[in-house]
Amino acid sequence: MSNISLKVNGRSYTVDIDPATPLLYILRNDLGLQGPRFGCGLGQCGACTVIIKGAAVRSCITPTSTVKGSEITTLEGLAQQDGRLHPVQQAWIDEQVPQCGFCQNGQIMTAKALLDRNPDPTDAEIREGMDRTLCRCMTYYRIQAAIRRAAKLIATGPVSGKEVGA
Amino acid sequence: MTTFTNIPKQIEEAIEKWQGTTSRRDFLKNSGMFVVSFSAAAMSTASLLGPAASAQNSPPTPVAGPYPDPDFRKLDSWIVIHEDSTATFYVGKTDGGQGTGTGFRQLMADELDIAFDKTNLIMGATDITVDQGGSGGSDAIETDGWPARRVAAEARRVLLEMASARLGVPVDQLAVSDGVITVKANPSMKVTYGELIGGKRFNVTLTGNNINATTGVAKLKPVGDLKIVGQSPQRYDIPAKVDGSLKWAVDAKAPGMVHARNVRPSVAGAQLISIDESSVRGIPGFIKVVSKGNYVAVVCEREEQAIRAARQLKVNWQKPATPSFPTSENLFDYMRNAKPTSVVQSRTQTPDVMGDPDAALASAAKVIEAEYDFPFQGHTALGPAHAMADPSNGQMTIWSNDMKAYGLRTGVAEFLGMPRDSVRVIWQEGPQLYGRTAADDAGFEAAYLAKEIGRPVRVQWMRHEETAWDAKGPAFTFKLRGGLDAQGNVVALEYLARTADYNHIGYNEPDTVLIAQLMGRRPKEPAPGGASPPSEMYVIPNRRRTTEVVGMPLVWESPLRVANLRDPNGPQITFAGESFIDEMAVAAKVDPLEFRLRLLTASTVDDEDFLRARSIAVVKAAAAAYGWDTRPSPKPVGTGKILSGRGIAYCYRSQTVVAEIAEVEVNRETGHIWVKRLVCAHDCGLIVNPEAVRRTIEGNLLHGLSRTLYEEVQFDTEKVTSVDWITHPTLRHSDTPAQVDVVLVNGDPNPNRPDLPPYGAGEAAIKPTAAAVANAIYDATGVRLRRVPFRDKRVLAALKVARV
Repeated sequence: MSNISLKVNGRSYTVDIDPATPLLYILRNDLGLQGPRFGCGLGQCGACTVIIKGAAVRSCITPTSTVKGSEITTLEGLAQQDGRLHPVQQAWIDEQVPQCGFCQNGQIMTAKALLDRNPDPTDAEIREGMDRTLCRCMTYYRIQAAIRRAAKLIATGPVSGKEVGA
Repeated sequence: MTTFTNIPKQIEEAIEKWQGTTSRRDFLKNSGMFVVSFSAAAMSTASLLGPAASAQNSPPTPVAGPYPDPDFRKLDSWIVIHEDSTATFYVGKTDGGQGTGTGFRQLMADELDIAFDKTNLIMGATDITVDQGGSGGSDAIETDGWPARRVAAEARRVLLEMASARLGVPVDQLAVSDGVITVKANPSMKVTYGELIGGKRFNVTLTGNNINATTGVAKLKPVGDLKIVGQSPQRYDIPAKVDGSLKWAVDAKAPGMVHARNVRPSVAGAQLISIDESSVRGIPGFIKVVSKGNYVAVVCEREEQAIRAARQLKVNWQKPATPSFPTSENLFDYMRNAKPTSVVQSRTQTPDVMGDPDAALASAAKVIEAEYDFPFQGHTALGPAHAMADPSNGQMTIWSNDMKAYGLRTGVAEFLGMPRDSVRVIWQEGPQLYGRTAADDAGFEAAYLAKEIGRPVRVQWMRHEETAWDAKGPAFTFKLRGGLDAQGNVVALEYLARTADYNHIGYNEPDTVLIAQLMGRRPKEPAPGGASPPSEMYVIPNRRRTTEVVGMPLVWESPLRVANLRDPNGPQITFAGESFIDEMAVAAKVDPLEFRLRLLTASTVDDEDFLRARSIAVVKAAAAAYGWDTRPSPKPVGTGKILSGRGIAYCYRSQTVVAEIAEVEVNRETGHIWVKRLVCAHDCGLIVNPEAVRRTIEGNLLHGLSRTLYEEVQFDTEKVTSVDWITHPTLRHSDTPAQVDVVLVNGDPNPNRPDLPPYGAGEAAIKPTAAAVANAIYDATGVRLRRVPFRDKRVLAALKVARV
């Protein structure tokens, strides 16, 4: 066990843990940040995704010791300071994307990182960029629509968030 | 403090202001047999709404139990009106993410005459919601919506009577809108629902022999008068799912909680010989190895410690002397050649014979025959099975996402030998609730371990465990024979379906779950199995339909345990049935859509729900939406790398009718299939929330596509070998069709009623997808794929054999 300092969603934490422990369990069980979820423990599905240094990272296979000092963002930290949702989250609501929603942490965080590095992705780039993030309710069609919508929201500023996309 | 709730964040915030002392459960109890003097002031909004959540919203200890069933014959068990004229509905269903809860709010708000936004819904907590069985069979709106509507209508009736007394005006001179009752002749005279009953009990007794028959004396509104039904309010559960605030079953915590992981037998059917506990005793946080029979689990203080201990524990297993099952490659040969055992034969359905199929086939101008195979497929939930159980106060509270929370409660009580009233299940959202997943298994395990350890225990399966050991949809093999006359009319159809090992199907009985079977507790004999014939309205004069069940050598403790997976045998039987109809259309050299319409329109005899007329309408709607080009299949094979084609399949499920058209691209160099476009025409009767239905259908279509293209449980003779997302691939973003069109077919052909009743929409659209894709591949390539899934390698091999 050893003390490790973490910066998550703008707050600092110190945890006394086995440094090899995957970040996921620290976020969920010690910091109470349960947006990231266990899906496979193998880095294959994306349910545990967080954003570190602009990249979508699989926290289930990331030893906590390797991210000490890095700014970590979880789903809970995506909304803006004033509580307004991130455009990706707003687009998810506008498109009514989730079915069960269990995977959507990974979908949203991966999409956010994708749009940060490519604000205007083509359909092919969306498919490629999201391909390793799995959804067993198979909401891919709506996720892709929501990413296109989010790209527009980011480019043009927020529009009415109430309508449901057809 | 961690909170547990399945209600929206904004309501949770409202609740937090009010931590009343009277629990929802006590409220129900008091409104039932006990005559307790309550002042209106004491029964504030707080003490009603607040504690409704407190059962779900706080560590499990404050509500000490026991937890008797709410009485479904009390209006107060279903509806609470608050002082601010908002309402909370309590229903005994669960929502797998299809918007069921939103649909119930729409149905009930409409009958109660209250705005949708002023309602709230609690589902699936066994001590505060009536037992409507949880989810299953896509029947929530179709079946359970009716009593929910009736109780809401009754509440409205009672409120009108109260208003009549208060205002001194007869009921027929009152009007209601959004929870405000006004005098028609003098709208300034009015009273709100909150003023009439806010914080107080209705004390109205309902009637009905069972919960589905629950009713008051009020009549339902005609469909034409419904205002919220048919609209698409956004699903109330979605915001908390995208901002990270929803607390799922997987998030449940309690003071003193510890973590468990299972250790499964090394191979199926292995017997536990010994456990070397010293192999894990040095792990920090280690608490205990728990074992009974062949069930083994480790318990540690922290989750990562339990994971490590489960990996590290040395267990000596003795393999069974004989193979537990054939390999997945040999499965279909095994199934064809295995004689149904005597046990199984007693479960074989009687052949369903119409006309004289033997004579018709003997005299047919052309007889064709084909065999089809469909593998075992898993639920393989994205989040492996999990539950948390708290044994405080000699009771047992289980946080679970099991779709059948009520059955879980009863089953666990029996399993643990506890009084039923000492057990409650608090249902919370979870991954993928498309049938009997392993969620119930985890619920039993958590409760067993909590009782053993005497502390709250959270258990979660690992990925390899989920993919290997979760419940499976049954494998099928089919043999079909059809006869055509000289004009290409179908004169006979023989259908033989064999399904593998349908004998574990369980609904939370204390002997059908995995932990019970590993402990040696099992049913006296396998459950009766069976399979359905294809569901279509084709007019075929001579038919024989036979279904059989064959068992696997290993009957119990098997990873090939079969349970309901979304539309339990629909995708399988429709793959065979609708592929074969296509094969007959090819033999008749008739366009496959035209061929189906001929078979549907050869009779005008219909059932009471006009299934034939609606089938014709749905098939035509799909064709129109797609822009169907009438010609026989296959089309001339092109010369390029990509071959494209289109195929159709049609079926119904219960009374919901579906037709799907798939447009595919086949890469002749790699064998890769891309379904470029899917069109689904869908008639599920009265639609409560069109946008939620659309998305449910889209999910069905793509789930069907995943099962068509990728999913197959693979195994050698002793264990499942597909154990993760590499060895058990699923549909991905890159597989998504470029275009998905959903056509909601409306309109009731019956002139004697205002509109169709609602039918289930949760599963029907997954049914014809495999057949539509297979038929499209044939259209593109002239190659008929008769075994699911259509992974690249298998497709490429088939193309090579056919020299395409």
